[in-house]
Amino acid sequence: MQVTAMDIYKLLPKTNCEDCGEASCMAFATKLSEKEAQLDLCTELDPEAFAELEAILAPAVREITIGTGDKTVTIGGDEVLYRYELTYYNPTALVIDIADNLADADFQERVKIIEDTQFERIGEMLKLDAIALRNTSGDPGKFAEAAAKLKSTRFPLILCSFDPVAMKAALEKIGDERPLIYAVNENNLEEMASLALEYDCPMTIFSPNDLEKMKNISRALRNKGITDIVLDPGTFVETGVGDSLDDFVMIRRLAVEEQDEDFRFPILGIPALTWLYEQDEIQGGIREATIAATLMNKYADVLIFHGTNIWELIPVLTLRQGIYTDPRKPQAVDAGLYEFGDLDKDSPVLMTTNFALTFYTVEGDIKGKTNAYLLVLDTEGRAVDVSLAGGQLNAEAVADLIKETGIEDKVETRTLIIPGLAAPVSGEIEDESGWEVLVGPRDSSAVPGFLADLKEKS
Amino acid sequence: MDKISQLLKLLEKTDYVEINEFRMDFDELELQLAPAMQRVMQQAVQQQAMVKKVSEKMEALEFIPPVQDYPGEVAEVQLGAGTRKPVFLGGQKALYRFEEPQPNPPVVTFDVFDIPMPGLPRPIREHFADVMDHPGDWAKKAVKEFGANMVTIHLIGTGPKVMDKTPREAAQDIEEVLQAVDVPLVVGGSGDPQKDPLILEAAAAAAEGERCLLASANLDLDYKKVAKAAVDYNHAVLSWAITDVNMQKTLNKYLMKEGLTPNDIVMDPTTCALGYGIEFSIDVITRTRLSALKGDKDLQMPMSSGTTNAWGSREAWMKNDDWGPTDYRGPIWEIITGLTMMLCGVDIFMMLHPLSVQLLSEIGSTFTKEYLTTDVPDISNWITELE
Ligand code: B12
Ligand code: SF4
Repeated sequence: MQVTAMDIYKLLPKTNCEDCGEASCMAFATKLSEKEAQLDLCTELDPEAFAELEAILAPAVREITIGTGDKTVTIGGDEVLYRYELTYYNPTALVIDIADNLADADFQERVKIIEDTQFERIGEMLKLDAIALRNTSGDPGKFAEAAAKLKSTRFPLILCSFDPVAMKAALEKIGDERPLIYAVNENNLEEMASLALEYDCPMTIFSPNDLEKMKNISRALRNKGITDIVLDPGTFVETGVGDSLDDFVMIRRLAVEEQDEDFRFPILGIPALTWLYEQDEIQGGIREATIAATLMNKYADVLIFHGTNIWELIPVLTLRQGIYTDPRKPQAVDAGLYEFGDLDKDSPVLMTTNFALTFYTVEGDIKGKTNAYLLVLDTEGRAVDVSLAGGQLNAEAVADLIKETGIEDKVETRTLIIPGLAAPVSGEIEDESGWEVLVGPRDSSAVPGFLADLKEKS
Repeated sequence: MDKISQLLKLLEKTDYVEINEFRMDFDELELQLAPAMQRVMQQAVQQQAMVKKVSEKMEALEFIPPVQDYPGEVAEVQLGAGTRKPVFLGGQKALYRFEEPQPNPPVVTFDVFDIPMPGLPRPIREHFADVMDHPGDWAKKAVKEFGANMVTIHLIGTGPKVMDKTPREAAQDIEEVLQAVDVPLVVGGSGDPQKDPLILEAAAAAAEGERCLLASANLDLDYKKVAKAAVDYNHAVLSWAITDVNMQKTLNKYLMKEGLTPNDIVMDPTTCALGYGIEFSIDVITRTRLSALKGDKDLQMPMSSGTTNAWGSREAWMKNDDWGPTDYRGPIWEIITGLTMMLCGVDIFMMLHPLSVQLLSEIGSTFTKEYLTTDVPDISNWITELE
């Protein structure tokens, strides 16, 4: 549960000394409750109050950072079970595996594919977050060697081996980069735990379909003073996915609703396991993406993939972007006039709305492909047909936008090209603004072609 | 032990302070940092005390599943009667299967159209090109070859701007499909608010006693007529509101005033596709199901998803070499859209692609099983077994 500013304020010194940079203790409490300030900025706290505040400010799910310096990814930090109650924090880290026994050229090639994977959506470049090195060879030497090779990547790492000897060998090479250790189980507990402490690395508990065992291992690690823990309750694909879902949900419910200290940690899923049963590249890719989406919907904080095809990753990246948008904020861009390419007095004038998805879609369709002015209407962040249905897109608002942006001083044309979906208000816009209105295509991908045709005709 | 060495000893166990860059004389340290040190020490002592307390009760902790009690439950809706094999929707008494498995698995209904639909995406036309001229054949193929639990016949051709088919013609199409298959039907109009109630009324009469789902009633059309047709000819009604829980409640209340019961209503809270507002649907559908289980009588109906919306997304249909072939993008887009809705509580899915239908059903079928009763493979050596 999220704490209120009032709960926090009660524990602050209430001197209003302003050392923290805020005008009052209450202002600082508000910042803390919104996760916009750090507790240690307050200079006046006694140790008890500090400890108490730290405990109540800790998110339900511990926030853990993998990696160091500019190679990091942070996971966890969630406070609620359902995103509408607040928001989810720290998008699921998407990780690709790499086997330690790949031939050197293949190894480098795979790292490059992982680093280069990206997909632009709604003005955001969506990327992967980390690499998981697998001790496929079972050979500690190979594992360490491969780990050393990964020093040069720009991604944080997960080291996957159940063999403490191999883990130690790899940590000797890259232990200072704070990789996530994967994984401790009942057989290697003592050795792996010592490694985590020695190298100060976060570590994963692997306890497939056995939350009781997981609870016991978690408690044992916590007793040793290990606090950065990630939980892998096992990813079962095919019909076993029902059990995985139950395990994931139970863990998160225990963390959020029951503050069960043994489970207040991020959860890791491995859609890559799909490939144990499916060899076909296409079937496998589709299934892997499906498992990934299933687990991401139910609280996965880290997902390890094996497939790297862009068509399989795009939907997962897109789902992550959606789930992790902040429901408290409208997804909008600034309204006004935007310019694309070489413009003059005869350049065409287009209109769209300020919904982020709409704007960036249109921008992507015209930028570098055609020359045009683009008027962006404030529809409180709503798409074209949504704002038409809701009334934010109306003739008066468009006429005002034309006046306010001063577009009439920039062009001699008095023709406004509106989205095809806005056709129902074209007549009214003409009446209100005195401009001629041309109804454009329904989908903005057709805009460059449409403008080219227009030019040809004139 | 003196104070300093005691401190350093404790520091080994705490993660509150960084001592890496610490270069100071102990005297100096004691002088300048005494208060801060005091604090760190106290914290460390507290932490140690806690650790001790915890370790004392270490041995074999028991795990208790976080099962909750729900005062409400979801109504069960039967679709299909008369000459149809019935299908049941809803009936959940809990949110998750570890609490109580749901009595009925999620159901998929295949989209079939009364006209050939040249606009359908290629990966779908591929499967149905040979049967698109006859809705009966189309429906039969969906059931026989792709294992559809149900079929949705969209009477798109009745749209005034499409073919303006009459209610009589619509009724004939319904009869054709009823003859061809024995699964329950969803009957959809063209989306024209004036004409849909008339079309649904004629279709309802033609399918009397077969218990179809009439799609749909909403606040922008004569929902009373749709409700009456359902009551008169024994069908269920799809109650469609656009991502708005309050609108959904209002509409359900109105429909119940017309004589329908929760066992005759399925809700469509609107499916925004992956990448096109899916998060709005996640929130609304989650809230709706939670309200039902908490006891809100106006929201205790099963839910439906127009998953086919996914095919409208650019990422599903637009050619773009950087994104890979649409052959795979389309189905994945549909699966993930539907799957996301399913995990929020949706019970019935209108879908188009055979592979999407298969994967969704596979996962959905697990919802009726008890936790830990499925044979799962041993994955303990996955690190080395994965090629
Ligand atoms: C997500 C969504 C919502 C979200 C809002 C998301 C948002 N921020 O806008 C929520 C849930 C809030 C919502 C609310 C409503 N919605 Co709504 N919603 C949708 C949905 C599913 C997707 C909209 C979307 O994101 N489209 C994607 C963007 C990128 O599309 P776009 O802005 O149109 O841009 C494209 C084109 O217009 C064109 N284009 C854009 N700019 C330009 C510029 C030029 C020059 C050209 C040529 C082309 C062009 O290219 C773009 C890319 O393809 C649609 C159904 C659908 N699948 O389309 C219904 C839909 C738009 N909603 C609808 C309705 C009725 C409503 C409500 C009125 C419901 C209600 N009664 O409360 C409210 C209105 C809210 C308000 N305005 O106050 C109806 C509209 C029916 C109609 N045409 O009258 C739709 C079509 C659903 C339906 N089938 O009934 N909605
Ligand atoms: S530093 Fe602490 S005591 Fe001073 S104003 Fe800020 S919160 Fe209050």
